[in-house]
Amino acid sequence: MLIAILVGFIFSMFLVVAGKFFRGKPAILSALIPLGLFAYFAQFIGQVSEGGVIIQSYNWVPSFGVNLGFTLDGLSLLFSLMITGIGFLVFVYTSSYLKEHQYLDRFYGYLSMFMAAMLGLVLSDNMISLFIFWELTSISSFFLIGFNNSSEASRKSAITALAVTGLGGMSLLAGALVLGSVGGSYSIVELLNSSGEIAASPFYIIIVILMFGAAFTKSAQFPFHFWLPGAMKAPTPVSTYLHSATMVKAGIYLLMRFTPVLGSTEFWNSTLLIVGAVTMVYAAIHTLFRRDLKGILAYSTIAALGILVFLIGQGTEAALLAAALFIAVHALYKATLFLVTGIIDHQTHTRDVTILRGLRKVMLPVAIAGFLAAISSAGIPPTLGFLGKELTYESTLAVIGTPLLWITLILITKIFLLHAGFVAGISPFVGKLPEKFSNTKKPGILLWLPPVILSVMGLSLGIFPGLIEPIIYPVVTAMGEDVGNEHLALWHGFNTVLWLSIATIVVGTVLYFVLKPSQRLEASAARVEFLSPKSIFSGLWHYFNKFSSLWTAFFQNGYLRNYVSTIILFLIGLSGYALYKTASFSLDLSTLSRITGYEMAVVVIMFLAILFTVFTRSRLAAVASMGVVGLAICLLFVFYSAPDLAMTQFSIDTLTVILFVLVLYRLPIYLKLSDYRTRIKDGVLSLGFGTIITILILEVLATPVDKTISQYYAENAYVLAHGKNVVNVILVDFRGSDTFMEISVLAIAAIGVFALLKLRLKETDQR
Amino acid sequence: MEIVLAVMIGVLYAAGIYMILRRSLVKLILGIIILGNGANLLIFLLGRITKGRPPIIPGDLKVFAEAYADPIPQALILTAIVISFGLQSFAIILIKRAYKVVKTDDLDEMNAIDQDS
Amino acid sequence: MKTIILKTASTYLLPVLLLFSIFILLRGHYLPGGGFVGGLIASIAYVLHAFANGLSNTKNLLKFHPGFLMPVGLALAFLSGMAPLLFDMPFMTGLWYPEALPVLGVIGSALFFDIGVYLVVIGVTLTIIFTIADTI
Repeated sequence: MLIAILVGFIFSMFLVVAGKFFRGKPAILSALIPLGLFAYFAQFIGQVSEGGVIIQSYNWVPSFGVNLGFTLDGLSLLFSLMITGIGFLVFVYTSSYLKEHQYLDRFYGYLSMFMAAMLGLVLSDNMISLFIFWELTSISSFFLIGFNNSSEASRKSAITALAVTGLGGMSLLAGALVLGSVGGSYSIVELLNSSGEIAASPFYIIIVILMFGAAFTKSAQFPFHFWLPGAMKAPTPVSTYLHSATMVKAGIYLLMRFTPVLGSTEFWNSTLLIVGAVTMVYAAIHTLFRRDLKGILAYSTIAALGILVFLIGQGTEAALLAAALFIAVHALYKATLFLVTGIIDHQTHTRDVTILRGLRKVMLPVAIAGFLAAISSAGIPPTLGFLGKELTYESTLAVIGTPLLWITLILITKIFLLHAGFVAGISPFVGKLPEKFSNTKKPGILLWLPPVILSVMGLSLGIFPGLIEPIIYPVVTAMGEDVGNEHLALWHGFNTVLWLSIATIVVGTVLYFVLKPSQRLEASAARVEFLSPKSIFSGLWHYFNKFSSLWTAFFQNGYLRNYVSTIILFLIGLSGYALYKTASFSLDLSTLSRITGYEMAVVVIMFLAILFTVFTRSRLAAVASMGVVGLAICLLFVFYSAPDLAMTQFSIDTLTVILFVLVLYRLPIYLKLSDYRTRIKDGVLSLGFGTIITILILEVLATPVDKTISQYYAENAYVLAHGKNVVNVILVDFRGSDTFMEISVLAIAAIGVFALLKLRLKETDQR
Repeated sequence: MEIVLAVMIGVLYAAGIYMILRRSLVKLILGIIILGNGANLLIFLLGRITKGRPPIIPGDLKVFAEAYADPIPQALILTAIVISFGLQSFAIILIKRAYKVVKTDDLDEMNAIDQDS
Repeated sequence: MKTIILKTASTYLLPVLLLFSIFILLRGHYLPGGGFVGGLIASIAYVLHAFANGLSNTKNLLKFHPGFLMPVGLALAFLSGMAPLLFDMPFMTGLWYPEALPVLGVIGSALFFDIGVYLVVIGVTLTIIFTIADTI
């Protein structure tokens, strides 16, 4: 399974070098990858439908408990099949849609990276690797939305999408970490055993909120939905693949995956019910006010995602079954509608529903696909959509509490979605073909075949629902619910559900004939736009930008002194506070060594030399007195049993002074650059820092010291390393590799000096 | 003696920071060197100081017979001294280059250089 | 600083100081000293010579650019670390020749490592100082 996931990444890396080859005709060959993967995952259908779960685990960072564990159960399988199956059709479609595009290879690179990341996401058992794949999908989505990077709107939409989903990613990581520490494992399978403890833990609410944050941003739930319509700036294959069929369902996947772990509580269910309901109704109403085909589809996708969240919120076996089926239904018809829209856009260069008419005369196969998708979306028998809708109504009717409210909301949503589906799938093809579209070229087979395949599947699976049962039922099993023996069927007899279906179809069809999309409607929606979450978000964004530029201007002002002062001020403040709180000031004076006269003399000389270095007006005097400071330190090393240090310090001191003298008299003399007040301010600051350091040292000296490591070195210096100078033995033997690194660093510094002086000078010589 | 040394280290830190806060480039380098000296002494002192007993196993013995100075801080400081020489020379050369290009050693006048050149 | 006394002295001081630096290097394992200090003393010897006789004379004396000492020293240190691998031991394991030699004591891979350090330090210091003196 690891290879199945990696193959997408490998392919996208391969395109970096072999991109030129894939830009032309051979592009379609890349579709073999999703096709192969589809076949690979399809072979597991039998095993999984009998309740089998395939688990594979690889060690990755075992010390952090991060393993590459992969689980293929019903839920993962449904998603994997969707990802690879629709992926295959999208790959094929793209080869024609973006034919001869100058960056076609890049596009395939992003697409296959996304596919691999998405597969990793749905197969991961470890929450950390799930998070990584989750972020990878966000990133590849960012690149794909901004694919037309010469357009500013594209770039802006891409960054909005990345900001929103990235926020969700952080939320997911935080949630995973908290969940991992509460549940004692990062493996989702293992967490299943401790779901009771998790629900009882005080962190339960936090975990759920964080997980919701991730799922709602990714799956475009209200009020985070606004990035999705913006994401429609991406080329249509991307909208089809990422922003309707797969990636936006990652949030749904997350909710379903964690239903057995976190679900079945009042908080979980009612939040999901409410958020899902608000989203679906809000987005469904929005579809009425759009005339851009992709805009309509974007909002109807949000509404569909709302329905899914709503169904997961119900949490019953029937609802989860309905959700699982609806995922498949929606992927089939919405991908078709997107692909159809893409063809219309590609051939006629417009997506405005108010002017598109009668296109069936120039693109009949596309019209058929659009029609089938529209009726599936409308839930008209005998399509799979009808089954999905029936199950949705059935489970909603069973909601405890106020089923009437929920059934009304879902009914409204379904009616509007039917309208949206008809507008997108039927209205461009009916009526009289306008003059200007009469020369429209017929789309190639690579364009129209994918939507036709998808829509025919939607129809045939509706007629033979037994075919999809082995894929759908294990999904529910994977969520810890038992599926009854009941089979999916079109006909359930005359009951409430059927009457609701009939009502939906009738009202929706009437609505379609009465309410045509128009500019007037779109304008009226634009008038309340300032209230939408998108405007609020971009307002916040604006102020955040302003704030950060103020912040940057204040702290990153280019004056080194200000940086240093800020850092020192904070250091003084924080460590001063910590010392004030915890310091004991109880230094045992008896353990200290005595002060002798010559030591005192050295210290006094050092003190005077420091003062002289700081305050002298002559540079040479400053360098010389700094040399004296170095020599004084050297003497201290001699007094306190560090002959090696003394020798080194002495040599380095000599060399430094020579170095300074060599360079210095080419530099200007000191000027009194700072005024009196600055000097006082800096003086106070540095004295404060010095005081803190002194107190800190005294405080450390008061605590006992652990000498185990020193003892080890001292005892083994001769025995193991045949040396008697322990310092040298540590340097060349015990810590030899550290020393090796150090001399490498030294060499780099020397090369730096050499390059800085010699190479630059040669360059100027040439000039 | 430890207290005296602790105060001296404080003085070295204060002097170093004060020099770094000045506008002259040369003072900046001197400040960094003094700060480095302070840090070396700090490590030395925190490893506890011992008088007259270098960490060298005497004569024919194979292990220490009596107390000895801690070798670890010494090894650390020894490398630090040498490394800081590399850093200092690099910094000094940077100053020299900077001075050649901008004809000033006033740090405040240097922050506009990013746009020019 | 081209005084006659310093000039005359430095001609004799250079070999003496170099010998001293090697002595410091070799005894490092038993008494204060070692590659770092030895290398620094050797560099000081050359710097002194350059002060007295002029940089170009010192460079002529050296015959090659001191920068070449850096890769040589690094390679020596690295190889002395690699040597144990030939005997199926981990990187940087100390290897020791069993018999003690006069003056040097027991010879082991650590000694070669220290010589590598010595060469790198000379190379680094002289490269830095010569480069700076050159371009001023």
